[in-house]
Amino acid sequence: MLSRRIIPCLDVDAGRVVKGVRFRELRDAGDPVAIARAYQEQGADELVFLDITASSDDRAILRAVVEATASVCFMPLTVGGGLRSVADIRSMLQAGADKVSLNTAALHDPALLEESARRFGSSCIVLAVDARRTGGNGKWTVHSHGGRRDTGRDVLEWVREGAARGAGEILLTSMDCDGTGEGYDVELTRAVSRAVSVPVIASGGAGNLDHLVSVLREGEADAVLAASIFHFGTYTIPQAKDHLAAAGLPVRRPRRLPRES
Amino acid sequence: MTATGRGRSALRPRVAVLDYGMGNLRSVARALEHEGAETVLLERPAPDGQWDALVLPGVGALGDCMVGLRQSGLDEWIRRWIGEERGPFLGVCLGLQALFEHSEEGAVAGLGLLRGRVRHFPRDRGLKIPHMGWNSVRFTRPEDPLAARLEDGDQFYFDHSYYAEPEDPEVVWARTDYGLPFASAVRSGPILATQFHPEKSQELGLQIYQNFLHPLLPTPNLHD
Repeated sequence: MLSRRIIPCLDVDAGRVVKGVRFRELRDAGDPVAIARAYQEQGADELVFLDITASSDDRAILRAVVEATASVCFMPLTVGGGLRSVADIRSMLQAGADKVSLNTAALHDPALLEESARRFGSSCIVLAVDARRTGGNGKWTVHSHGGRRDTGRDVLEWVREGAARGAGEILLTSMDCDGTGEGYDVELTRAVSRAVSVPVIASGGAGNLDHLVSVLREGEADAVLAASIFHFGTYTIPQAKDHLAAAGLPVRRPRRLPRES
Repeated sequence: MTATGRGRSALRPRVAVLDYGMGNLRSVARALEHEGAETVLLERPAPDGQWDALVLPGVGALGDCMVGLRQSGLDEWIRRWIGEERGPFLGVCLGLQALFEHSEEGAVAGLGLLRGRVRHFPRDRGLKIPHMGWNSVRFTRPEDPLAARLEDGDQFYFDHSYYAEPEDPEVVWARTDYGLPFASAVRSGPILATQFHPEKSQELGLQIYQNFLHPLLPTPNLHD
């Protein structure tokens, strides 16, 4: 059975992880490669690197980080933040990313989704959508530029268009819930999940493990993205998987091979 | 032609990773290197006799893949390699689909090395497509050395919208359920091909690369 995925997200600024990761076993809390390796050890299902500065100088640094990570982590890696062109996407995929996420660039030029999906395959192209509620009647609009600008576009229309143009997955962030620790926007996630046939990753608002369960079950998400609850060591990935499994959700338990003598 | 290995060693099997412009080849090369191979990314046929194994990776559209293989002449090279059984061959993801005769994806002809066709997952069953994430695999030949240390139910990472439907049930090496049971790996003669990505499947995936390379790796020499 296909497992629901748990995906830690690392915010990377000039090659360093910000929003400090507090793993006891890590000497350098800002080293993305060490953190990626620690999450692989814990059995995370995928990783997302979000480049939060995205200036052109930092892009080269991020590329080096992706290369270094991909040489020690044999797990799916998505890179997003500031990618604008087919050349940007190709550069990240060549560095070792498996998928790229597009946000503002896709809003600005939706044909970028088609072109990149045609070139690299839909399975490599993630559409990242920052959604905020408007009024109280189950409507959300898409925000661009890291959430700073309201495009006025309806979220459900945009995800349908994005999937039709070739996005193979939707990374959906609720701006209302992000950073609150009070839970994901279950209603938004369910609406998006039902609007498209591609997988949906829920993001924004995780504060405890019940939040993961509700957005996967009631929100019908295929995967959950979380940052602080894992980075700060509040919960480990195995604890999260235990909790999901106890709630009847399929999860992957990595089977460890005994070392050969 | 780009050498990605860590230097030529007489003891390391030399593996050609075919690069026809599709997808993330580096992870495949890194996984092979992790398990003891030296890899070379090949964009076109190179003189025979210097390769111990051939790997055809790839993500993306099969139509573009086949165009890339034909334009580079790699299609004939692969056919000869397999036809003359020159050594082990591994196909990954698109590299599995390309082995079949025909695909619904753009109605393209594949290499035709295995009989059967490639189909889209059914659109009318409420399935999320692509089939993306970790799913479990049942091995049809657990005694096969290529399946060494793997168990039924082991999970691997998938990311695809099309699956292969081999005509000959004998070639099915592993099965996975997604709306329907499909061939998640095939094996025939020198060919092993997986629909999932072993290079993205952590320890169990690396085990597949280890099993694939095992016959090529030097046996420990007691006189050393």
